[in-house]
Amino acid sequence: MTDLAGAPASDALPAGLRRVAIDPLSRVEGHGKVTLLVDEHNRVRQARLHIVEFRGFEKFIEGRPYWEVPVMVQRLCGICPVSHHLAASKALDHVVGAVPVTRSATLLRRLMHYGQVLQSHATHFFHLASPDLLFGFDSEVSRRNLMAVAETCPDVARQGVLLRKFGQEVIRATAGKRVHGTGSVPGGMNRHLSREDRALLHEGLPVMIDWAEEAVDLIARLHAEQPGLYTRFASVRSNLLSLVGMDGSLELYDGVIRARDATGRILLDGLSDQACLELLEEEVKPWTYLKFPYLKSLGPEQGWYRVGPLARIQNCDFIASARAEARRQAFLALGQGEPVHASLAYHWARMIELLHCLEMIAVLLADPALLAGDLMTAGERQRAGTGVIEAPRGTLIHHYEVGDDDLVTRCNLIVSTTHNNRAMNEAVCAVAREYLDGQTLTDGLLNHIEVAIRAYDPCLSCATHALGRMPLELTLVGPGGAVLDRLRRSAEGRIERPHAAPEAETAR
Amino acid sequence: MSSADAADVFHLDGHDVPFTTGETVLAATSRAGRYIPHLCWHPDFAPHGSCRVCTVRVGARLVPACTLPAATGLVVESDTAELRHLRLRLLQLLFVEGNHFCPSCEKSGDCQLQATAYAVDMTGPHFEEFYPARPVDASHPDILLDLNRCILCSLCVRASREVDGKSVFALGGHGIDTHLLIDSPSGRLVDTDFAPTDRAASICPVGVILPKRRGFAVPIGERRFDQQPISAAEEGDP
Ligand code: SF4
Repeated sequence: MTDLAGAPASDALPAGLRRVAIDPLSRVEGHGKVTLLVDEHNRVRQARLHIVEFRGFEKFIEGRPYWEVPVMVQRLCGICPVSHHLAASKALDHVVGAVPVTRSATLLRRLMHYGQVLQSHATHFFHLASPDLLFGFDSEVSRRNLMAVAETCPDVARQGVLLRKFGQEVIRATAGKRVHGTGSVPGGMNRHLSREDRALLHEGLPVMIDWAEEAVDLIARLHAEQPGLYTRFASVRSNLLSLVGMDGSLELYDGVIRARDATGRILLDGLSDQACLELLEEEVKPWTYLKFPYLKSLGPEQGWYRVGPLARIQNCDFIASARAEARRQAFLALGQGEPVHASLAYHWARMIELLHCLEMIAVLLADPALLAGDLMTAGERQRAGTGVIEAPRGTLIHHYEVGDDDLVTRCNLIVSTTHNNRAMNEAVCAVAREYLDGQTLTDGLLNHIEVAIRAYDPCLSCATHALGRMPLELTLVGPGGAVLDRLRRSAEGRIERPHAAPEAETAR
Repeated sequence: MSSADAADVFHLDGHDVPFTTGETVLAATSRAGRYIPHLCWHPDFAPHGSCRVCTVRVGARLVPACTLPAATGLVVESDTAELRHLRLRLLQLLFVEGNHFCPSCEKSGDCQLQATAYAVDMTGPHFEEFYPARPVDASHPDILLDLNRCILCSLCVRASREVDGKSVFALGGHGIDTHLLIDSPSGRLVDTDFAPTDRAASICPVGVILPKRRGFAVPIGERRFDQQPISAAEEGDP
């Protein structure tokens, strides 16, 4: 904590700086690690996904002036910086007493966020997931990248690249820069959209919407071709949590909290985002730094939930844009009256949202308030604020407390990867139960586990190695804690067995 | 001797630069609209000669242009590979000695250190960062002091003393431990008579002395050195 007596008090600061200066730029490298625990009958009891989290970032924010925070938090995540930028701004709007912000500011921020979700969803689907989905989970390593997609399905690859670029352009036009812009500030925005940028985006839009529809068609077709695989693979029944609009519509930027249980029954609804943290509790497990949030009212075993596209498009009552809503209806039919729980359905939901983003960008671009109108609001200073936004990967919560001297005294961030922590472990467990045979780990199992993890699009840097494979290490642990086998795949796709199964250790 | 004699010129990288009696090479160069990189010099204040970024070559000697008296016929080299490299290393040292994280610094785009680093084509820190423990003083209701970014140029010291008549700031310590001091019993800014209207409040070339709650009100891209490189920008307060 920064001591105001003038002495160089904060020893948290330099350490924090180190993280920021190094980590978020180089990102967290290394292996994704998964441990599978089996019982004496070789049945998988538990899967543990070890994710390196950006611990320490909160400490770095503490002691900084609040107006720096929306810019600073963008270093948190290389893949959805704008969501952090906006979640922090929304939280700090409360601190500067600017709720609501002006109409122009709201629309500009919405536009910015649709750009972010579009960019991230396009990257995820086309660059990271499409090779698995198009070529099969066991396809050759050399084919599991966008280049290979470009050779086989040139249109898909090209559209993916350009959809992503369009999202980046929306971000640039609203945030000021394609990466780490400064457009949103506590209390509003610092810039309008320029007429030139509006014209530019407007011109590009129709073809983008067509391509987004084709992307939904593509993933729907893949599901139709292998319905067994797509519904069964890594399927996990869970509660679903997200923001929804006041009218129950799909909402990505601002709304109220709703949760449903696995059967689709509403568990809670219409709750203010300011109360969000009171709904949740986080369980700590000794084997990972990443916490396990759950709904306090239901407890850790019943209260865990999923966030992200799959949760959102089923939690809402409708999508406010027509084409995406039509696609949503087709998607829902899959569940036959219950929510769809298949992990691979995340991709389908993601593409429906991508279409929705483009439709909403079209609506927003027609609004003159983007070009003119008040940008800033001010009001009575408050001590704390919470900002909740639906980031591409799911609900993102920022909470800050700010002292009278304007420095942040407390910062609490819950990112979507954390919300989905339990679900990812369950999904990996489901895959391992289906594909683990005996006491030997195989390439096939490793590939399938990776596909399951990727469906959730965790903020693992290793999950975003665009051209290589996710570096992943699998460990099989027996009932007494003995390591039965270990398999590692490097980012280049090399598979190795670091410690061959130590027979003596496992002999019983 | 006439002080504005047209014959009073020195030569800077092959250009004639006129000067008046008593003027330094840097002051005359700046007045003539030419650029020698510098940080601790400001046209309104007596030179301090501490940052060494304005070092030029005169014959066999390397000297700071801010303290070098202009003289008729003097041959001054500034824009040479040798001096560009020297400045680059000096700037890199300044970066690693403090905690500079430009992307989230609100001074970015208005910062003389950053703009000068761009002017010498600095692309990375080269040296290992020191990550010193430096305080943030937010005690004053209107002004934030973030000493993480202090480059010890002493402009605030000079402005407070010479213009504001207050001496709110001083440099203390020695060598690598030199640091900015605040003249109050508590060492906090709130316990001085510092005011946001003070000259010292607007003179900081980097992001140390900042008005509170302004932050990113001016978008990145629309700031002083976003419009033009520092070599072409007007001299004066950032
Ligand atoms: S003071 Fe200047 S150089 Fe230092 S972090 Fe801020 S913008 Fe960068």
